[in-house]
Amino acid sequence: MTVDDDVEKGRPEAIRAVPVRHPGRWVAAAVVVVLVAMFINFLLTSDALEWPEQRKYITSDAVLRGVRNTILLTVAAMIGGMVLGTVLALMRLSANPLLSGAAWFYLWFFRGTPLYTQLLIWGAIGSLFPTVGIGIPFGPEFQTWQTQALVTPMLAAGLGLILNEAAYMAEIVRAGILSVDEGQQEAASALGMSRMQTMRRIVLPQAMRVIVPPTGNEVLSMMKNTSLVAAVPFSELTFTAQTIYASTYKIIPMLVMACLWYLLLSSVLMIAQYYIERHFSRGVGKNGSARTQRIRFRGGGGGQ
Amino acid sequence: MSGGDNVTDPLAKTPAPESGGLMVKAERVHKSFGRLEVLKGIDLEVRQGEVMCVVGPSGSGKSTFLRCINHLEKINAGRLWVNGHLVGYRQQGGKLYELRDREVSAQRREIGMVFQRFNLFPHMTALENVMGAPVWVKRQPKDQVRSRALTLLERVGLADKAQVYPSQLSGGQQQRVAIARALAMEPALMLFDEPTSALDPELVGEVLDVMKQLALSGMTMVVVTHEMGFAREVGDSLVFMDDGVVVEEGTPREVLANPQHQRTQDFLSKVL
Repeated sequence: MTVDDDVEKGRPEAIRAVPVRHPGRWVAAAVVVVLVAMFINFLLTSDALEWPEQRKYITSDAVLRGVRNTILLTVAAMIGGMVLGTVLALMRLSANPLLSGAAWFYLWFFRGTPLYTQLLIWGAIGSLFPTVGIGIPFGPEFQTWQTQALVTPMLAAGLGLILNEAAYMAEIVRAGILSVDEGQQEAASALGMSRMQTMRRIVLPQAMRVIVPPTGNEVLSMMKNTSLVAAVPFSELTFTAQTIYASTYKIIPMLVMACLWYLLLSSVLMIAQYYIERHFSRGVGKNGSARTQRIRFRGGGGGQ
Repeated sequence: MSGGDNVTDPLAKTPAPESGGLMVKAERVHKSFGRLEVLKGIDLEVRQGEVMCVVGPSGSGKSTFLRCINHLEKINAGRLWVNGHLVGYRQQGGKLYELRDREVSAQRREIGMVFQRFNLFPHMTALENVMGAPVWVKRQPKDQVRSRALTLLERVGLADKAQVYPSQLSGGQQQRVAIARALAMEPALMLFDEPTSALDPELVGEVLDVMKQLALSGMTMVVVTHEMGFAREVGDSLVFMDDGVVVEEGTPREVLANPQHQRTQDFLSKVL
């Protein structure tokens, strides 16, 4: 039927049918409503949560210092982990078998042992390496320091998290680099660009699109994994909460308070990730900008 | 046909060719991928300003030969000169020295290449694609490069698409941006690797038009192609390759109208 026919005969009547009923969904929805009501009731009426106690500590100096340390550790560990991870990824992709072998061994060790155990070792690093020094390998040392004095709890915690994170970031970066079409490197070489220029200007910016989403996950888990540096020990957010309830015996209120802080931090991180992903999706998709992605994001938010 | 006997010793002394008017000179060029010998002794000369079209069945080694010219592939034996310079090596006292990456990059700057699959940089706009190499590699001032890049985009008919990302362009438009990108480095020689093979039929013409304009402007070009019409109209010479060797070479008119070899006749009867 052509458009002209339509105009002549008029549009056919719009369909008005009785929609299919979904009784299963109604039951499920009713169950969820009851559960949510029970949860809200619990939040409002439970004595165990002791909201006034939480309010007393949530912005106290000690807790704020713990939050600051958590943020510092997360930022330092992620930046260090990304830099070292990129180096390891390039080593693994190297044609030199010694370099790729060394990188493989590093990943094997740091991904094959628990982070908590690694951090315990960092806490006792003084007994593993009593002194550190500068000198000729297997030869004399020019300058020697006591490890225990040199490695503060902050440094031990940071190094432990960085070295562990680098192993995971290396695999993420490697996957990102491998995801870039080989033709891109050829085109860059054919234009006379050096290997470094090709990596920096052409390959890595495109690899970022693959690298950013899993890295967002890494930042979130890192933010939470900082709580493990209590093993060193170093006083970040969870450790601070523990210290407080050790004297007040208000265990649950302090832990819930810590959770609220973690949730606030991770919400900020998720928003940041959305904007970073949008930046690196330049030139992808028919619209060339992130407009399609924003629609998808909204659609996802209001999903049915 | 193959066999190691006729492979030239890479260390053997060969007299440098007279570079007068010669843009590309290939002498007994061999190339193998593992055990598979793809080029079995290619001898070719491309004069300055010449447009050479290379045709042949797929797997005949024509693309590989093109990639050897700008050292994207290393040749295993023989000699290859571009503009009087040995490609990828330096010959000193009867010995060959591999060039450093930096020196290879410097050689490539005078050779532009256009790929079958365009290989535009998808995270950069058309204008940024054209501006990138002159700014980063030649370190030319941005303003100067920008105006030259805009002129080039205008020359390929895409002045209005400067701020657009490759994914928003048709295949033909992408390939024209790729040509502008190669020209921005002001090369002495342009290599085209089946530039229209990945295009929808109705988009082939616009790319060939740009290439024809380029040929008329005096650019030296080596074009691997299946477009016999283009070869006949624009080419100064036509080379037919099969199974890693040059089977026949001459003016397009001669080769297309009156092929001398059975293999050439068979191939042309299938594509014409």
